[in-house]
Amino acid sequence: MPSRVVGGIGLSHVPSVGVAYDRGKMQTPAWKPLADAYVPVREWLAKLGPDVAIVVYNDHGADFMLDKYPTFALGAAERYAIADEGFGTRPLPEVRGDAEFSIHLCEELVKAEFDLTICQEMGVEHGFLVPMNLCFEHGPQGWPVASVPLQVNVIQHPLPTGQRCYKLGQAIRKAVASFPGDRRVVVMGTGGMSHQLQGKRFGFMNEAFDQMFLDKLESDPEGLTKLSHHELMEQAGAEAVELIMWHVMRGALSPKAKRVHRHYYAPMTTGMGLITFQDE
Amino acid sequence: MGSGLSAGGAHPGAPIPDTTVFDLRASQRGYRLNKMCGSLCSPENRAAFKQDEEAYMARFGLTEKEKQLIRGRDFAGLIHAGLNVYWMLKLGSVTGNSLYRMGAQMRGEKYEDFLATRNFKDAV
Repeated sequence: MPSRVVGGIGLSHVPSVGVAYDRGKMQTPAWKPLADAYVPVREWLAKLGPDVAIVVYNDHGADFMLDKYPTFALGAAERYAIADEGFGTRPLPEVRGDAEFSIHLCEELVKAEFDLTICQEMGVEHGFLVPMNLCFEHGPQGWPVASVPLQVNVIQHPLPTGQRCYKLGQAIRKAVASFPGDRRVVVMGTGGMSHQLQGKRFGFMNEAFDQMFLDKLESDPEGLTKLSHHELMEQAGAEAVELIMWHVMRGALSPKAKRVHRHYYAPMTTGMGLITFQDE
Repeated sequence: MGSGLSAGGAHPGAPIPDTTVFDLRASQRGYRLNKMCGSLCSPENRAAFKQDEEAYMARFGLTEKEKQLIRGRDFAGLIHAGLNVYWMLKLGSVTGNSLYRMGAQMRGEKYEDFLATRNFKDAV
């Protein structure tokens, strides 16, 4: 079998989920609605049997500092460390990479005119790890899938456009298909949804916007990429620009991919969305 | 400068009320602050900050105005001075201010009053 993208997941990364996870609080009333939503997702993933997860995420000042800030940075290593983002290092096994597959992605994506920053070392934090915790169970032997981290600048404007992110997803799909091995790949687009974490507008959320975004991600993903960063920030809060990372995931799936799961939970200051797609 | 988006340039559109967009001007303005807060991603540096905050700030060449904002735990002022909110979280961690406490202060509310505005305040 040639390599292919078998599934895509759009999901939010929120640091408090990592804390709840580490302290065994995922079954408390505050977190159970979120934990329950991922039970069928994990079952679905177990059936899909991915070898590799490409995790499209952003760092929050744990590994990438503002002295040099890449727009797109892709991991090309055999392993990735767990980073300390200012609150200590979480007790998680290091992340297993797939260097051969990563190198192929780097070569093909640069050939496709995406001028990536290529990383031999990356430390990953909640942007990457919370989605991993929600979708996969790690054990003493580590994680059940290999990962390729793809870091996107969603912090320091100017940011890449939504359309550029979608096209990067399309290029990833092509690059996966040309890998001379038999990898089954899932692509995870992480972040958001609505939230604003600074200024007097701290705590702003917009569920109607988030539900519209989930609808369109399924029905009109290309049209959705035309939302400007300004429109995203105005309607969903300044930090909601993280949603452009979901376009990378959607671009990597077939336009006709079938939506499998969908969930929404907004307890505190972030609209936490979940949507999964299965490729034909 | 200040809050909101400027019309034209890289971010066309009317300014968004009560919102700061972290662009290259903010990043340049807040460079020292972000560099200092970024250094708090190691236990040794967190311990050094807690032990002698003044010496730690001096090490990163903060201006007197920036030092005042840190001493006063003035989170809205720090955002205006160019500190990115994700780097500010590290300062929050080392000074015992959670994201939600910083947020309540930026909104000009008591912590408990802010929590009362949430859908499920136990999810912290």
